[in-house]
Amino acid sequence: MQAFTKLTGIAAPLPKANVDTDQIIPARFLKSISRSGFGKHLFANFRFMEDGSENPDFVLNQEPYRKAEVLIAFENFGCGSSREHAPWALLDFGIRCVIAPDFADIFHNNSFKNGVLPVRLPKEVCAQLMEDAKMGPNARITVDLEREVVVRPNGEEIPFKIDPLRRHLLLNGLDDIGQTMQHAPAIDSFEAKQKASQPWLYA
Amino acid sequence: MSAQKPRTLFDKIWDAHVVDTLPDGTALLYIDLHLTHEVTTPQAYDGLRAAGRRVRRPDATLAVVDHNIATDDSRRTGILDPESRLQVETLEKNVAEFGVPYIPLLDDRQGIVHVIGPELGRSLPGMTIVCGDSHTSTHGAMGALAFGIGTSEVEHVLATQTLLQKPAKNMRISVDGNLAYGCTGKDIVLAIIGRIGTAGGTGHVIEYAGDAIRALDMAGRMTVCNMSIEGGARAGMVAPDQTTYDYVAKTPNGPKGEALARAMEWWKTLPTDPGAHFDTVVQLDAHAIAPQVTWGTNPEAVLPITGVVPNPADEADEARRVQMERMIHYMDLTPGQRLQDLAVDVVFIGSCTNSRIEDIRAAAAIAKGRKVADHVRAMVVPGSGLVKKQAEAEGLDRILREAGFEWREAGCSMCLGMNPDKLTPGQRCASTSNRNFEGRQGPGGRTHLLSPAMAAAAALAGRLADVRDYQPKESV
Repeated sequence: MQAFTKLTGIAAPLPKANVDTDQIIPARFLKSISRSGFGKHLFANFRFMEDGSENPDFVLNQEPYRKAEVLIAFENFGCGSSREHAPWALLDFGIRCVIAPDFADIFHNNSFKNGVLPVRLPKEVCAQLMEDAKMGPNARITVDLEREVVVRPNGEEIPFKIDPLRRHLLLNGLDDIGQTMQHAPAIDSFEAKQKASQPWLYA
Repeated sequence: MSAQKPRTLFDKIWDAHVVDTLPDGTALLYIDLHLTHEVTTPQAYDGLRAAGRRVRRPDATLAVVDHNIATDDSRRTGILDPESRLQVETLEKNVAEFGVPYIPLLDDRQGIVHVIGPELGRSLPGMTIVCGDSHTSTHGAMGALAFGIGTSEVEHVLATQTLLQKPAKNMRISVDGNLAYGCTGKDIVLAIIGRIGTAGGTGHVIEYAGDAIRALDMAGRMTVCNMSIEGGARAGMVAPDQTTYDYVAKTPNGPKGEALARAMEWWKTLPTDPGAHFDTVVQLDAHAIAPQVTWGTNPEAVLPITGVVPNPADEADEARRVQMERMIHYMDLTPGQRLQDLAVDVVFIGSCTNSRIEDIRAAAAIAKGRKVADHVRAMVVPGSGLVKKQAEAEGLDRILREAGFEWREAGCSMCLGMNPDKLTPGQRCASTSNRNFEGRQGPGGRTHLLSPAMAAAAALAGRLADVRDYQPKESV
């Protein structure tokens, strides 16, 4: 996993609540067996017209947002399906951070596993950042995970909090399977006990 | 231990599965059953291969294909769509390489992962159950802790049989009293989501309680738990009781004899202790619930079938008003329009929410001796091969076919628009599935969620209809 430390970039405004994972990447694009290549289908139903041409009204088809690295949205971002293809599509497009008032649980988890940082900030702050983002190329936003601050284009710093374990893994680009493997003896002894008390769970 | 504080059903299952606790309070949680399918696993197996890891508990893992397969006869001669075929072939290659039990496409037991787990007796009370699919919450109806995970977590469970988890908050939703005629588990859960909203359960595990939940059969409980995620909760649960035990005893792979007796001893300790703490409590009166139908593009946009399309002008909050206008435009509605005046093009009875034998019986009872409206395409997609066989043994397929319904093979079908069963742009569908998101059933498709009986009534009327106007005909 790619580490996330600090990024300064263009933020795209998506002033919607309940952006579900079917919007982020429709199910018909989930047939690939790889983790890459989903960026071209990110928000497909909004980005493209029925004939496949670009929809000029959609923010990610406009300059400078084609190069957005941050996405600003409203409540309950990432609700719906568990598909990890949603953060894969964001990442493949180039978006490394989503800022919203809150996130659906599974999307929130999936993002951390892929080096995409979901930042929760109060709605009024998101509304402010939304206005910043609309200012385009001259309004870069900085997201600093080390210091846990978002820096607005005017220099104002807005603090946020990330779970310490997740922050550690993300700052260092660590995947958690290796970490869990260190608990193998505890897993072995759990299984031995469970097998004795609940043998019907074992073949 | 005697002074232990009262615990909820969730607390008890959680506590029984904590392998280790990290310094920050994150638990390493043991997973008893890992259900898998073709869409969310290929990248996980690639990860295992790259790291030289094996599947720790193949016996606690089960694979099936359901999402991207066709539900007509074409499945017997090979999968036509090359990408779908590659995804299924990849799963078959992976399960062979890693020794994971697999139910192939043409096996009678094949079906939607959330139908076959309980049906086969693999999903049991007291278990922790995960699957790379958000509707894993379904299995909570067994009195299990069951939730959806992403592909990285699928890989983590395959490799370690555990997950790193922070405990959730407890939420109790009790539905008290008796349900009125024409109402089902689907109407209960739609009414609940209408009440709490699509994010009302975020961060929580929901325990459903109350007489109306107790009175539901297992299929009804599964429908309710299935849509917990539509209310933002990763898991929903119902405490196991005699209904649960009777169901388990009839499953082909559930524990039998002495093992069942021993299992039941533990299962009977699982229900929430009196006085246990719930962070959030919600109460609904069952008799106040009328047959429900969604009008908008998220499941909280729901009304009784007797309702009319709301008027955005009445909404004070600007963000909500804008969202409502967008929904009304997408769904091609007019404020004030009666929901019962909306003509439908397609009726879909199926999905992990409503494709069990009880659901098909409910649809057939309404359809019996009647005809689907001429302009409607109506399809019934059983949740598994075993459900299909049972329905055929009961003659339900004949009743439905004679009424003009298509009778199809098991799979996710028109729930999610990633297999050949899709809406075309502009089509309006009465659907027993779980999500009415824009484009969910196919780009430009318009979805109204409702129960199987309500869907059958809509097929007959050619428009959204009140099932209470369609009493079953006893003799035909």
